Amino acid sequence: MTISIDRQKDNHQRLQPNGWLRYFSFSLDHKVIGIQYMVCGFLFYLIGGTLASAIRIELASPMSDFLPRDVYNQFLTLHGTIMIFLWIVPVVNGAFGNYLIPFYVGARDMAFPRLNAVAFWLIPPSGLMLIASYFVEGAAQSGWTAYPPLSITTPQSGQIIWIISVLLLGGSSIFGGINFIATIIKLRRPGLKLMQLPMYCWAMLGTSLLVVLSTPVLAGTLILLSFDIVAHTGFFNPVLGGNVVVYQHLFWFYSHPAVYIMVLPAFGLVSEILPVHSRKPLFGYTTMVYSIMGIVVLGLVVWAHHMFTSGTPPWMRLFFTIATSFIAVPTGIKFFNWVATLWGGKISINSAMLFSCGFIINFVFGGITGVALAQVPFDIHVHDTYFVVAHFHYIVYGGTVFIIFSSIYHWFPKVTGKMLGEKLGIIHFAITFIGFNLCFAPQHWLGLNGMPRRVAEYDPQFQFVNQISSIGALLMAISTIPFLVNIFLSVRNGKDSGDNPWNALTPEWLTSSPPPVENWEGDAPLVVEPYGYGDSFSQKNKKI
Amino acid sequence: MLNKNIYLILIISCVFGISFWIGFNVNLLPAEASINAPIYDELFKILFVIGLIIFIGMTLAVIYSLFKFKRRKDEIGDGIALEGNLSLEIIWTLIPSIIVLIIGIYSYNIYDRMGGMKELNHSHEMMSSNNEKIWAGISQSSNNDIANNNLSVEVSAMQFAFLFNYPKGEFISGELHVPVNNKVSMRMESKDVIHAFWVPEFRIKQDIIPGQPTILNFTPTKIGKYPIICAELCGPYHGGMRASIIVEDESDYKDWFNKNKKTEVDL
Amino acid sequence: MTTLDSSKEIQKSTPEVSKNHEDFRMFGLVTFLIADGMTFAGFFAAYLTYKAVNPLPEGAIYELELPIPTLNTILLLVSSATFHKAGKALLKDKNSDSQKWLILTAFLGIIFLICQLFEYFHLPFGLTDNLFASTFYALTGFHGLHVTLGTLMILIISWQTRLNTGRITSKNMFPLEAVELYWHFVDGIWVILFIILYLL
Repeated sequence: MTISIDRQKDNHQRLQPNGWLRYFSFSLDHKVIGIQYMVCGFLFYLIGGTLASAIRIELASPMSDFLPRDVYNQFLTLHGTIMIFLWIVPVVNGAFGNYLIPFYVGARDMAFPRLNAVAFWLIPPSGLMLIASYFVEGAAQSGWTAYPPLSITTPQSGQIIWIISVLLLGGSSIFGGINFIATIIKLRRPGLKLMQLPMYCWAMLGTSLLVVLSTPVLAGTLILLSFDIVAHTGFFNPVLGGNVVVYQHLFWFYSHPAVYIMVLPAFGLVSEILPVHSRKPLFGYTTMVYSIMGIVVLGLVVWAHHMFTSGTPPWMRLFFTIATSFIAVPTGIKFFNWVATLWGGKISINSAMLFSCGFIINFVFGGITGVALAQVPFDIHVHDTYFVVAHFHYIVYGGTVFIIFSSIYHWFPKVTGKMLGEKLGIIHFAITFIGFNLCFAPQHWLGLNGMPRRVAEYDPQFQFVNQISSIGALLMAISTIPFLVNIFLSVRNGKDSGDNPWNALTPEWLTSSPPPVENWEGDAPLVVEPYGYGDSFSQKNKKI
Repeated sequence: MLNKNIYLILIISCVFGISFWIGFNVNLLPAEASINAPIYDELFKILFVIGLIIFIGMTLAVIYSLFKFKRRKDEIGDGIALEGNLSLEIIWTLIPSIIVLIIGIYSYNIYDRMGGMKELNHSHEMMSSNNEKIWAGISQSSNNDIANNNLSVEVSAMQFAFLFNYPKGEFISGELHVPVNNKVSMRMESKDVIHAFWVPEFRIKQDIIPGQPTILNFTPTKIGKYPIICAELCGPYHGGMRASIIVEDESDYKDWFNKNKKTEVDL
Repeated sequence: MTTLDSSKEIQKSTPEVSKNHEDFRMFGLVTFLIADGMTFAGFFAAYLTYKAVNPLPEGAIYELELPIPTLNTILLLVSSATFHKAGKALLKDKNSDSQKWLILTAFLGIIFLICQLFEYFHLPFGLTDNLFASTFYALTGFHGLHVTLGTLMILIISWQTRLNTGRITSKNMFPLEAVELYWHFVDGIWVILFIILYLL
């Protein structure tokens, strides 16, 4: 049986409002949904960033003086939850995935447009609910990990709202994942083979597999946790015979893959950006694909490295050490391939390129500390300290968020038809890069020397280093100003970009910018070599 | 060509040299005060050096490419059409695999030397009378070890304090006093939520889990006063949940013990 | 610089590239069921871990009788067969036969639920009595929720299978096939659940 998507499109187009109003509607257009994800995510990023600033202000002095102690714990819980579930996961998957994947597979929309819209519209209410819980009886205060029995014994309303909100966000993420898998596997334009897809499609396929396989486990776990809180069952409550370590296993079975859900799409995006701006084919397409799939498989069997101090048996520690260390191999391949992509190119140094290179440097650093953390004896000293905080932010901020900014500079002309200002972009990069490293690099030392994470007060000997870190955080907060000014100026009266300002070969650039509702005038082009850059075609066959 | 290779070798040896120098001369760790600490620091140095080599190498490669292959103004044309190089890709799959494997085996060795791989005796022995299961921490030892050792301490953690029970003297203290160079066995249990027992100078940490007692052994080697820090979020006053461990010489410890003991025992 | 016109990589598509594509709703459903199955997998893993690590406290009761769940297993397996019959009948355009088979399937589902409730009321333990009791109720309850949803969907499609609505015909089998797949999935989960919870 066949369904005409064109007829579907016509039908729902008639019901859609035009102009800016459509961004507030239940739109079925994947481009509108992508922008909805992006803007919504960015607003939550600003909220999460404000919370982070409050945390850093509190930590500028060793005493607990800026925030009440329980509010501090609520802030760090909200900061983690908002940044992960409302900013990075929706933006790096939802926003770029929805905008780009249909172009890449040569389709006019996602496989299930309605499911797609539902997936987006689950996000704003659950996010608002999460934030509103702060004003009711106080938000959840057991960290984004919500380890019982702390999450059972802290005030209940906040924790229950947190659970409901994360369940809804998880549902949104699963719907999105199903949609991406179906779109990439089933909706490809006739004649387009899997191994001809741009790398971002592979990254999203891997990510969506992880989402579909691991998010439901988190959902089940949180349902059990909510039973513990509301119905006084004893799954994770030791007083009633429960086992707290089982929660940690189930939680990390999702939450470790969640890190890959956050970084794999970024790997895909950077693989799109680097070839365009260095005018070279992506180095080692096939190994890139295999390494993504390798990360997906390994990513599912490494969760217990978050639990080396939880009293896990020795064989388990050994297994998870080795498995985790081996994730460095496929990840390393990708980084070497990216550097090889730069090598010998004609590199345009612009904001997108700078953010991508910043990403490589930051992520290599975060990856190295990650391999160190995978070693049980190493982890036993630094587990739950600022070393882990620093490592995680190097991966997620220095990695993914840098790529989000890089992608915004790269695809802004596609979405709006206007260029972003380069000068402001470079200022934005410089402040972000310096601020980020100033904020998080010293935290490695703090962790090694005895500062645990999630504390409002600490040993006064750490004050100086903490203040450096806080200054870095201040710079990071300031860095959003040139970015927002840039966006504002560009939307007001930016330079016209033309359809393809970067002379890129990936399919999304082969239509007008901004694209028509149907994505293409006429049929979608068949792009079998999305990275066909390079001076001479004869050389290509030689594969030096 | 030869010239180029010489430069490359020079740069690589510089990277190695700098990394080794930094790795062995920059101390990022606190004082070493237990027999675990020097073992840990050995692993740290190795990881630090390998990490530095990779990090400096990659950073140099990225920055060099940015300068060397920068598109000059009004330059047109593309870079070279290089789509991959199988032998290179195999090399940078194999070498990291080998490095990672070696690190894994080495850290297993370190962990073993710390006492982490010591097999727990069979679970039925670990079951104490009330059917609770004791979980392993680092440097664990068998029940017999704990029984034979003259310094065993029962740690109970609660929001937001540690209490140290000295069963021999039948007294409870808020500070942990231990004699230097003497193996200490601790059995830890939480009264409410998860806590963690961390002494940075000893490089040991173990979660204290409600419902599942954990065991942690260590041998302090340096006299002094060190902080005991709770490392697992346990509530509003988590940051303030600290205690001190006081490592003193045998006679000072005896004096302190005899002053506090409730029953007549001699040490 | 590579320009778009000079690039030979971009071929103009052949005109017959259709705007139609195959139906992939079934594919989406399978993906969803895999996700759903992972939720159950998480519950099973938790149950088995508890079983291995946490012994029952003294005096706690956790005894299960076999007759009712065995009957339930048979009921669900038979209902899978009757659902299959309904699909076969619809394929031959025998809509009223199909509807009868569907109603029989729904009836079996309802009996399953009644038996399940009967078991709940006659068990010697309650939800919060002990860890195993809680896990038992969570697992069977979550499965029962799936059966309830399935039964409702079967009732809806059995109504739609009537000739005069024309919603589900041999040419538009998707709703029936989708619910059938879901129903087989729920049966499969029950068999695993029966083995793990009652037999092990």
